[in-house]
Parts: sequence; C-alpha cells; structure tokens
Amino acid sequence: MFGSISSEAFVLGMSALAASCIGLAALGVGLGQGFAVGKAVEGISRQPEAHGSILTTMLVGQAISETSVIFALVIAIVLTFANPLVGML
Amino acid sequence: MHSLDHLGPKKIFGFLDGQIFITETVVNAWIVSIVLIILALILTRKMEKVPKGPQIIAELIVGTVYNMVKNTMGPKAEKYAPYIGTIFFFLLGCNMLGLFGLRPVTSDINATLSVALITFGIIQVSSFRSRGALGYAKHFADPMPFMVPIKVLEEVVFPISLCLRLFGNILAGAIIMCLIMTALESASLSLGSSVPFLQIFIPLVPNLFFDVFEPVLHAYIFCTLTMVFTKNAMAHDH
Repeated sequence: MFGSISSEAFVLGMSALAASCIGLAALGVGLGQGFAVGKAVEGISRQPEAHGSILTTMLVGQAISETSVIFALVIAIVLTFANPLVGML
Repeated sequence: MHSLDHLGPKKIFGFLDGQIFITETVVNAWIVSIVLIILALILTRKMEKVPKGPQIIAELIVGTVYNMVKNTMGPKAEKYAPYIGTIFFFLLGCNMLGLFGLRPVTSDINATLSVALITFGIIQVSSFRSRGALGYAKHFADPMPFMVPIKVLEEVVFPISLCLRLFGNILAGAIIMCLIMTALESASLSLGSSVPFLQIFIPLVPNLFFDVFEPVLHAYIFCTLTMVFTKNAMAHDH
C-alpha cells in the first residue's frame, strides 16, 4: 500500500500532521485564557473602579500563558517552512 | 512583509563573497533607530524651563516611563527607566513596521534573542551587584541545595521564552497578514480586474490587530517582564 509513496513525501506528510497538532496546544491555552477573562469580569463586576489595573494584569497574564502555544507555533512554522527532517533522508 | 518567499531574513549586502552579510532585519532596525533618534531630537530641541510645544510631549513620554518603572520596581530602581523606555519604543517601532509594508524586525529570531540577552545580562548583573558574590551563589540554592539545577535552568530559560514569545507572535501576525493579502489579490484577479482593488480597505481590521494592538501589547509585556524579573533579582529578603 505504501509502496507508491516516496519517502520524502511520507516525511513531508507526517511533518504536516505534526504541525497540525498545534491545535492541541491552542485548545489548552484557549481554555486557560477563557478562565482568565471570566475571573477578570468577575473582579470588575465586584470592583468596577479597579477596571484599569485588572485589564492590564489580565492582558499580561494571558500573554504569558500564551507562551506554550507560541512554542508550538514556532515548531509548526519550522516543520512547515524550514523542514529539517527532509534533509536527513 | 507580504511575501512568503523569504521566511528567514533576506540578505541585502554581502562582503567577502557573501561570508559577511547585512540582512533586511539589520537595515530595518537602522531605519527604526534613525527615526527614533530624529523624533527625540525634534522633541527636545530648544528646551526651556517652562515647557512649550514639543517639549510637553517629550516630558509626558519620559514622565510616563519613569512612573511605570517606579510603580513596578520601587522608587530606588529609577536608574532602569532609560533602558526600559528605550527597549519599549525600539520594540514598538520594530513590531509596527508591518504597517508600512516592511518586514517587522522582530519577526527575525536573531533580533528578539539579542534584546532578550541584553535583558538577561542586566538581570544577572543587578542580581550580582545587589546580593554580592556570595549571596549570588547562594540564591541558586535558595530553599534546598538539591534544587540548584532547576534554579539554573529557570534563569537560562527566561531569555529564551522572552525571545520566542515576541518572535512567535510577530511572525504569526506577519504570516497571517501575508496570507490575507495574497487571498485578496487572487480574489480580485478572479473577479476580472488586473488591479488588486480588494486590498484597499478590507485588510484594515486585521492590520489594526496584528500591526497596532499586538505590537503595543508585546512591547509592553517585554518591558513588564524585564521590570518584574529585575525587581525579583534585586530582592534579598531571604
């Protein structure tokens, strides 16, 4: 069945599959950011005068928790545009 | 950048048969630096005791940066304000280059890594100076001696995560803007027009997010993380 597929095409296809696994990282980060926004809205509704500092803290925290999906994104970009595995064949 | 042919930095000038070369990133960073220097010179020309005209804007910017540093790091850390202000405006300019059709400087990992390494050096030097040589060696074994590898790893991973966060966000924004531009161009070509007229107003909304909001947010986050980690490195309440 796999006889007609060249090994380069196989490696490229598997790399694309691996790159698409960035969705798993995005799932977790999306959940986490959603929780952060929910808690921030709770805080603002409890204390509307602290709106500015809550918003800043939320944005900074979200950007930090985004780090893991950014790592996944960098790996996906490397696999898609500058694939190191094809050169190893 | 609006073209995915060169995902890495494009080489522009080469010396010694291309052994030593200057990339697009470096040229764009020069442009940003020159624009910032010219702006600073214009804003601080003819300074007077009672501010007037452009001097008011300059004082507002400098005062805001100093206030931010004082609020985050305490009143004694005012000497870090020039560095924080410089990297904030430099990174802001570098990130927003996509607005002018140039390739953002920070979509090259070399640029972000160099800024992150300067921050790393500042953190280590200020930690060494405020704790002393013995205290600096001791803080790696802070709660328990067996945690030394983890503490060293934590210090080393910080600049890497700082640089990858900025690089990934800006590069992703540049790639998405490029995809949008290409899609609009081919859509207007298939509508029978040789001019890509769909590119006029439609990219404004993604531009606003990827070239205005994200750059400001990420330059701010870079500065905030630098300030917080420098403050933690200087704290010696143990």
